[in-house]
Amino acid sequence: MNAAIAQIGLGPYLTVSAALLVLGVFGIFLNRKNIIIIMMSMELILLAANLNLVAFSSVLGDLSGQVLTLFVLTIAAAEAAIGLAILTVYFRNRGSIQVEDVATMKG
Amino acid sequence: MNWILAAPEIFLAVSGLLILSAGVLTKKGHAFLPSATLSIAAFVVTGFLVALSPGGVGYEGLFVVDAFARFIKLLAIVGAVVSIALSVGYTSEHRELPFETPVLVLFSTLGAMVMASSASLMTLFVGLELSSLAIYVLCAIERDRLGSAEAGLKYFILGSLASGLLLYGVSLVYGYAGTMEYAPIAAEINGNGILPLGLVIGVVFLIVGLAFKLSAVPFHMWTPDVYQGAPTPITAYMAGAPKFAAFALILRVMMGPFGAMSPRWQMLIEVISALSMLFGAFAAIPQTNIKRLMAYSSIGHMGYAMMGLAAASPAGTTGTLVYLTTYLIMNAGTFGVITAMRRRGHEVSEISDIAGLGRNNPGLALVLVICMFSMIGVPPLAGFFGKFMVFAAAWNAGLYPLIAVGAVSAVVGAFYYLRIVKVAYFDPAAPAFDHPAPSVSFVSIAMGLATVLFLIGLGPISDAAQAAAQALID
Repeated sequence: MNAAIAQIGLGPYLTVSAALLVLGVFGIFLNRKNIIIIMMSMELILLAANLNLVAFSSVLGDLSGQVLTLFVLTIAAAEAAIGLAILTVYFRNRGSIQVEDVATMKG
Repeated sequence: MNWILAAPEIFLAVSGLLILSAGVLTKKGHAFLPSATLSIAAFVVTGFLVALSPGGVGYEGLFVVDAFARFIKLLAIVGAVVSIALSVGYTSEHRELPFETPVLVLFSTLGAMVMASSASLMTLFVGLELSSLAIYVLCAIERDRLGSAEAGLKYFILGSLASGLLLYGVSLVYGYAGTMEYAPIAAEINGNGILPLGLVIGVVFLIVGLAFKLSAVPFHMWTPDVYQGAPTPITAYMAGAPKFAAFALILRVMMGPFGAMSPRWQMLIEVISALSMLFGAFAAIPQTNIKRLMAYSSIGHMGYAMMGLAAASPAGTTGTLVYLTTYLIMNAGTFGVITAMRRRGHEVSEISDIAGLGRNNPGLALVLVICMFSMIGVPPLAGFFGKFMVFAAAWNAGLYPLIAVGAVSAVVGAFYYLRIVKVAYFDPAAPAFDHPAPSVSFVSIAMGLATVLFLIGLGPISDAAQAAAQALID
């Protein structure tokens, strides 16, 4: 265990990351307004996982968690780019990015 | 050694980039056909490379090639080739797909192949994202159609939520098992008398994320909208390669590292499987759109395929693999017929539009009937053997309630499959469809024949599936 994390232990890191996860999930399901907010919530979920990975990696003294974090950061950037591109396409067709308007197909 | 192990993936990635560059340099509007042809050629070469590739573990234990990986990769490649062939026939003067479509299918399949070969949670996640990100774009590729954009948006939101949950599960498993590689995780679980709670929670998150990609109930809500909105060849693709890859992961992870804790997760898989079968059967009854109906049908089929996983035995894994093979064939045949459904260049996808197909185009109607009967599971068509093997495995594992649920939903499912047959042959005829493009006819007829003649290939396929299932346990 490295010195910085030894002082406060793993608990606080896991708590913060669990809180971020819950915030992200609720942000997606309770939000009834704007799709951009949903995308922000998704980033929160990924950050929660990243925080977990880095904390565990530090405690275990194993680098692979941090390597995965770097991958996740890259993937999150690609995902955000693709998401915004799709949102732009959607806005051009629909003229709105309100969550309640994304319902032309039902059943 | 590493390079040789990953030769199929490396070849596919490089050819994808080359085709993309070539497409940019070609004159606008003329690039689709060359790009599709080259992609299919790249897939054929990759298929041979996969079949010939040696087995082993490489890249510091991140990447594994065994009989199981080869089986799934070949399935994914066949699914991708079929959907590219359909996309060639889908293009008409009213609707044109950009030349990036085949290349994106190629990259998505590359991700599926990486998933099939994953030996570490890191490879799992990166492969999964490569596969999913390409599909998000594919769904929304018809930029001027609202349905396509909406499908892309919905799939993107729910898909990335699933990836996020899966990643959170990965982080917990990593933390509590102390490693990301499957073999040491298995050793950790076997060596440890009591499982840490964090590990169990992590596994549940993993199952949730993968069940989402599989569109198993209760994580299915994206499926009908996305299947309906996405361009038809892309829907055909989504029902194939990504599902196989997600199944590959769930089989590899559950039977491999978490095999020792199977009593803990078996119940969860049983419930997911039973709910999927029931929901797929009942929710499909009121549908009027055939693409939407196929979405519910795929939810149901994933439930059946999961029955093999719930058995948690080599026979169950074999059954699941054979089931996926049969599903690939009959699904491709059905989507061949759906792609052919167009009048004066415009796509139609209501079930009532099929009326009179038996008189207007007997060949296509026959393919449709064969595929529908196969989906019901009528012997000696392909679908029967898959169903039989998963039911047998579940019976031997003593999962009698699951078998009862499966039998009930098979009977209910038969109702809506037969309704399509009835509409095609006995309803007052609607105007005839356009003459289908050669590639669409070819795919439909080839897959229809494969469904009928599956019995001939059953021996080699089930041998290969058995070898693949054995490779998971060793």
